[in-house]
Amino acid sequence: MTQVFLGMPAGGQGNLFEQEPFPKAAHRELGNTQMRKNLRHATHSIRDKRLKVVGELPDWEALRNAGSTIKNNSMATLEERLLEFEKNFTARGGVVHWARDADEANKIVTDLVRGTGATEVVKVKSMATQEIGLNEHLESEGIDAFETDLAELIVQLGQDKPSHILVPAIHKNRTEVRDIFLKEMPVVDPNLTDEPAKLAEAARAHLRKKFLAAKVAISGANFALADTGTLGVVESEGNGRMCLTLPETLITVMGIEKVLPHWEDVEVFMQLLPRSSTGERMNPYTSLWTGVTEDDGPQNVHIVLLDNGRTRALADRFGRTALNCIRCSACMNVCPVYERTGGHAYGSTYPGPIGAILSPLLTGIEVEENGSLPYASSLCGACYEACPVKINIPEILVHLRGEDVDAKREKHKLPTQMDLLMKGGSWALGKGKNIGLLEKALPLGRLAAGKDKKIKKLPGIAAGWTKSRDIPAPPNKSFRDWWSDEKESK
Amino acid sequence: MSAKDEILGRIRTALADTPVTEEVPREYRTTSTMSQEQLIELLVDRLVDYKAGVEVIEAEQIPEFVASKLKDASSVVYPQGLDARWLSALGSEVELRLDAPGARLSVAELDATSAVVTSSAVSVAESGTIILDGQPDQGRRAISLVPDHHVCIVPVSTIVQLLPEAMPRLSITRPLTWISGPSATSDIELERVEGVHGPRTLDVLMVRGL
Ligand code: SF4
Repeated sequence: MTQVFLGMPAGGQGNLFEQEPFPKAAHRELGNTQMRKNLRHATHSIRDKRLKVVGELPDWEALRNAGSTIKNNSMATLEERLLEFEKNFTARGGVVHWARDADEANKIVTDLVRGTGATEVVKVKSMATQEIGLNEHLESEGIDAFETDLAELIVQLGQDKPSHILVPAIHKNRTEVRDIFLKEMPVVDPNLTDEPAKLAEAARAHLRKKFLAAKVAISGANFALADTGTLGVVESEGNGRMCLTLPETLITVMGIEKVLPHWEDVEVFMQLLPRSSTGERMNPYTSLWTGVTEDDGPQNVHIVLLDNGRTRALADRFGRTALNCIRCSACMNVCPVYERTGGHAYGSTYPGPIGAILSPLLTGIEVEENGSLPYASSLCGACYEACPVKINIPEILVHLRGEDVDAKREKHKLPTQMDLLMKGGSWALGKGKNIGLLEKALPLGRLAAGKDKKIKKLPGIAAGWTKSRDIPAPPNKSFRDWWSDEKESK
Repeated sequence: MSAKDEILGRIRTALADTPVTEEVPREYRTTSTMSQEQLIELLVDRLVDYKAGVEVIEAEQIPEFVASKLKDASSVVYPQGLDARWLSALGSEVELRLDAPGARLSVAELDATSAVVTSSAVSVAESGTIILDGQPDQGRRAISLVPDHHVCIVPVSTIVQLLPEAMPRLSITRPLTWISGPSATSDIELERVEGVHGPRTLDVLMVRGL
């Protein structure tokens, strides 16, 4: 069994952790009424748009089924797919690098930038580089990284943190954006209004010179095609095209799970992604490139293939479908919890329903900091329904809650905010009402617990389960109770 | 051990339960039932929705329409493979700049050019998407990106209804640019606003008989 020694899946590092337990962060963020108003406005308008453009396609379910199977197949054959991609990308003049974790990826990118002699880089939005904290790392090495996506620019200028994977500044409304621009842009019209078109124009003027002079660009990728060695970036503003076309050197950082087996698979994902993310029939710009094209675009083309916990998630046979995520953000746009707490409450780069499963899967649920994320849900199921690749987020949440309980028991610690009775997962998931019933049993559970805070026996439906083991007493308030209080106090 | 070997080893360990692959159910639409007139109508509708300018014209009208779209331009860049007759009605005050192998315009020159005229490879009516694949009549990517005004020729014979119909017409390893309207952003309150870094004006000439 040499393969076991060849590499044990390890947890990811970087910006993948809760900064504090979810309920605590959520309580604080809920106090931010402006943010809640902004979020409500934005998520509701996007929901309607999404439903409309999804409803236009008579074959939406067929596309979802295809998308889900393609992703499953890709994950099941990941090693071959990556090797195939490497071979094809290399054959076309690209250079492939492999990074075990955030530190290694940051170092590779820094060395590549250094090698060009550049001291600044332009960046097009990428979740992976946010996850590994690349900007901060580059800065510490004396390299300035300029975000060029409008929302990222707002976040970077405002010294803020992203709160949404697609629209990182979704928590800011137009007036707040204007104020940030007026304060932080070196050259800006003092009479700038808060009209979105004017704000976009200010961003254009601010970044134009940077694009035209940039020697090095850093990008993410929405997908890699194994059988051709092609990479793709999906965007709106043209900042992506600028970064992918004008500089001499292009460095792409991409999670290993983004690889698709066949180039024709693009036809599925480019129908699923834009409609699910911005609620458009198609995003304004998509760029595809295969290694180096002579006389067109960057002549030094690199890709860093990043693990950083992805193999850890892959090892979880019940959770691995979380890696199928195409980062469309539909799940957060429909999530009633996200709508109220915002993205910051989740701590990690990945907020919302997908973040609640992906972050602990990448780091390992036993990592104390991410233990409370799987409880950040009312299990209403809206995310599963919206997900274009059919990731069963509620089921994985329940699975991870179980893992969390096991991990905590192993450490002889009492659970923090967990909902023990969620162990009855499949039954509870059948109907929302059943979950309610289960959670109603919580206070009873407390009563049933003796002085040692251990429950020996539970009444009703959970009796079968408690028979076989002692379980630690649940917290005073279940997430669901907290949640219904919150909803009422709104 | 190299990072590559280690990551691949981790993958093998993670997949020790040997999950099986399944045949991909491709039950989505892959063939169109629309007539060419319907395709034109659909593509026009989508592009107008994206706030692109659209005209449906005959081949012999190209010079006239190119000239009218570019009446305010002081300079125009075009790729080597573009049919030069299309530019023949432009006023003498408009400077024509050819971008050709061995005679490339610099980024600064492109930035100082008002507009670009290119052809296109294939268009998808259902999503309002025009695809450029870097053939000689479309040129390298920078020329259709840096100037602020893009006049794009779409022969109606290259319009399909569905994305899966467009795929066999593409050579995927060429640098591809898919364009669905002028540059836009949804980053402020999730509302689409046109005009950021890419060309802020997109004029599409859909041409019959080309
Ligand atoms: S989990 Fe599904 S819905 Fe959520 S971002 Fe990923 S692909 Fe989109």
